[in-house]
Amino acid sequence: MKATVLVRPKQGILDPQGQAVEDSLRHLGFAVADARIGRVIDLQVEAADPAQAQADVERMCRELLANPLIESYEIEIAP
Amino acid sequence: MSDERPKVAVVAFPGSNDDHDAVWALNALGADSVLVWHAADRLPDDVGAVVLPGGFSYGDYLRCGAIARFSPAMRAVAEFAAAGGPVLGICNGFQILCEAGLLPGVLRPNASLSFICRDVAVRVELGAPPFTTRCKEGQELVIPVKHGEGCWFAPPELVGQLEQNGQIVLRYAGDNPNGSVDDVAGVVSEGGNVMGLMPHPEHAVDPLLGSGDGALILASLLDAARNFALATV
Repeated sequence: MKATVLVRPKQGILDPQGQAVEDSLRHLGFAVADARIGRVIDLQVEAADPAQAQADVERMCRELLANPLIESYEIEIAP
Repeated sequence: MSDERPKVAVVAFPGSNDDHDAVWALNALGADSVLVWHAADRLPDDVGAVVLPGGFSYGDYLRCGAIARFSPAMRAVAEFAAAGGPVLGICNGFQILCEAGLLPGVLRPNASLSFICRDVAVRVELGAPPFTTRCKEGQELVIPVKHGEGCWFAPPELVGQLEQNGQIVLRYAGDNPNGSVDDVAGVVSEGGNVMGLMPHPEHAVDPLLGSGDGALILASLLDAARNFALATV
């Protein structure tokens, strides 16, 4: 089953990468604000059903994929 | 009897690059250091202290230190720390200890996004044993930093708690090179026997190379290693 994890810097956490990208976009003439950079992790998960996959990926996020002090995450499971 | 040359385990991970510098510096200060490969599931007998050296373990993939914390040797390091053994994490070692939950907070990319490699001044906030026993409170040490992700972060309520517990032991004096919260350069665990810092004391043990101030921290660690070895005999 295909899982997609979206990891984002939490609100209020300084994101210097996002800031640098935002500055570059402005330099190119785009009117943008609040650029934030996260990461996408695509996975093939072996699981009996989507609920099981969801539970497994939750655990992966808590144990490794995200650091709860600074990052939030969202999980999408596609059958 | 106190071991005159305390045994220190320096744990090397794939991508560590200051492991040999740490061994050299510790031995120059009177230790009997041994390199321990990260795949080892136990530490050598009679180890009085553990050092996690600087570098780029696992290529800094995902987050700095996030993958190294699962190395078999880290379980042994956690057990050693739980038994009260002194553990020092330098730069990448600090990042690993934070990711492992042995130290509070997390290290993030420098606010400037630049890799910084230069001497910085740090202030010893507390003469907190065992890592700064050879320093005076308020003393400024000149020690080099070299990192891209040394911006220590913790939420304000946690910072307040650490401050109250006396766990913030080193702060950048004057110029903060990486944008860390509250100018934090080094913290200790609640029990006080685990410390992490971004500056590299192992690169500052000989005035010929610019500064000998790092020796104060490493020599404090060796004192603690002797005491720990003595207490566990």
